[in-house]
Amino acid sequence: MAIAKVCGIETEYGIVVRNAELNAVNASSMLINAYLGRSETRTAWDFFDEQPGNDARGLLLGEILAPEVETHLVNTVLTNGARYYVDHAHPECSTPECRTPSEVVRYDRAAEEIMRASMERAKALLAPDGEIVVYKNNSDGKGNSYGCHENYLVDRALPFGRLVSQITPHFVTRQVYAGAGKVGSESPGSMPGDVAYQLSQRADFFEEEVGLETTLKRPIVNTRDEPHCDPAKYRRLHVIVGDANMSEMATYLKVGTTAIVLAMLEDDALGDDLVLAHPVTAIRQVSNDPTLRATVALANGKRITALDAQWQLLERARTWADRHGLDSVTVDDGKRILEEWESVLEGLERDPNEVADVVDWVAKKRLVDGYAQRHSLAPSDARLKAIDLQYSDLRVDRSLAARCGLRTITEPADVRIAIDAPPESTRAYFRGTCLARFAGDIVAANWDSIVFDIGRDPLKRVPMMEPLRGTKALVGDLLDSCATSAELVARLAESPGT
Amino acid sequence: MVLAMAERTKKQRPTSRHDTANEDEPTAAAENETSTDIRGTDRLKEELDGLLDEIDEVLETNAEDFVKSYVQKGGE
Repeated sequence: MAIAKVCGIETEYGIVVRNAELNAVNASSMLINAYLGRSETRTAWDFFDEQPGNDARGLLLGEILAPEVETHLVNTVLTNGARYYVDHAHPECSTPECRTPSEVVRYDRAAEEIMRASMERAKALLAPDGEIVVYKNNSDGKGNSYGCHENYLVDRALPFGRLVSQITPHFVTRQVYAGAGKVGSESPGSMPGDVAYQLSQRADFFEEEVGLETTLKRPIVNTRDEPHCDPAKYRRLHVIVGDANMSEMATYLKVGTTAIVLAMLEDDALGDDLVLAHPVTAIRQVSNDPTLRATVALANGKRITALDAQWQLLERARTWADRHGLDSVTVDDGKRILEEWESVLEGLERDPNEVADVVDWVAKKRLVDGYAQRHSLAPSDARLKAIDLQYSDLRVDRSLAARCGLRTITEPADVRIAIDAPPESTRAYFRGTCLARFAGDIVAANWDSIVFDIGRDPLKRVPMMEPLRGTKALVGDLLDSCATSAELVARLAESPGT
Repeated sequence: MVLAMAERTKKQRPTSRHDTANEDEPTAAAENETSTDIRGTDRLKEELDGLLDEIDEVLETNAEDFVKSYVQKGGE
């Protein structure tokens, strides 16, 4: 039976410094430091246990570039359970673990608000015309890409080889509603003018079907085997193939449909007939075709459009839901995902412009095409690329996405709460609440443990190997009734399994 | 900015995609749909015009410099 699809999103943001002498690393640090302020007690990220070089396929011979862990850069945990840090030369925020896709959207939005607050606080520290600006996109248009990764809890019992071949068709074809849109192409060997506009920010950067790398020769399915929880029971599927979305509904669909397809794989409810013959070719074919008519080759020799592949996946998801239920994604979210999935496919099939309020690539294309027409611009005109970039500018007074009528699905009040408070439905509740209550006694924290310094005794590491323990339902009363961290640690020792 | 598109009335959705290919729809309904579509198209065009006016106001003043200087380090 499919397990609960605990999930989250990590977003690396583009960063631009105006009128200040700061490189991207220092500017990223400044954003985070400005957000945290001086008065607050900070909790450092705990790198104990990080093994991003572990490969889900087991030991492989040959040259593999394992990602490095950068332990010297600013890296911190927030009271909402998120991780906010400098990754390479970008500010990155990982949402806390969430129980449902709708929670993920709320915490992804909270992350945007955290970036906005960071920009405002950093501006106050710079000269009057100085500014650090953050963009929620995935490429600079010059061949450099940075990621928006999703994470899903998956049953270790699901054979990894089947997971790879059966999830790939979804990753290749979900671009039709999850693509953030891009002016031009950055695929190796492409010439200016080859592709005026494409569905995805990221498709140009994928060169392998499966692999461990995230920065070079990127694979459609990433094999990083670092579950951040009990490795005997779970894996964390680290999805690097998606775009960062400005549309809340696009984020919801991206995470929701993927959670459902993964649950279907756990129940072996998908089959092999959508397996692709050439996934790397297919991901570009789909991205490069805003008419949505291009077909891609299946392993069985047939050809299919991305939309038809998505209709097939939806139809099977409905059959699966009838048979197995929707508990893995929760019933309320599951029903809504299936409805919105159908609705967006119908819109795309009739006329993509119908879903310009949901799908980022359509919303952005309307602006690009409309602007080009109004001012009689050539496809290579810099103003069109500027629209592409400025679509994802997170400054409210500059963002184009904020102006083009995207449907929202979060309540502003809920997003405000999520900036500081953790979700109640996962172990993030325990992490965030401990940080809010006992920050002064916490030496470090990470996804699966918190290290307390409670005075005389040696440091105490509290492990959190079960993502669905440490919830408000399980530890809310305990946390409320403990006056000190020492009392909390003592009582946890008496009641294992919370 | 409240957009007409966000308010667009949802049409009755078929339960399966194959229903969308139904060619025997009553003519009256089809005509009705056509006039709705024309009104919808006008509204969309109006709304897009407003949006393009806004872009003229907020787009980076020197687009060429902005695009050229937008250089990021690879990440992940």
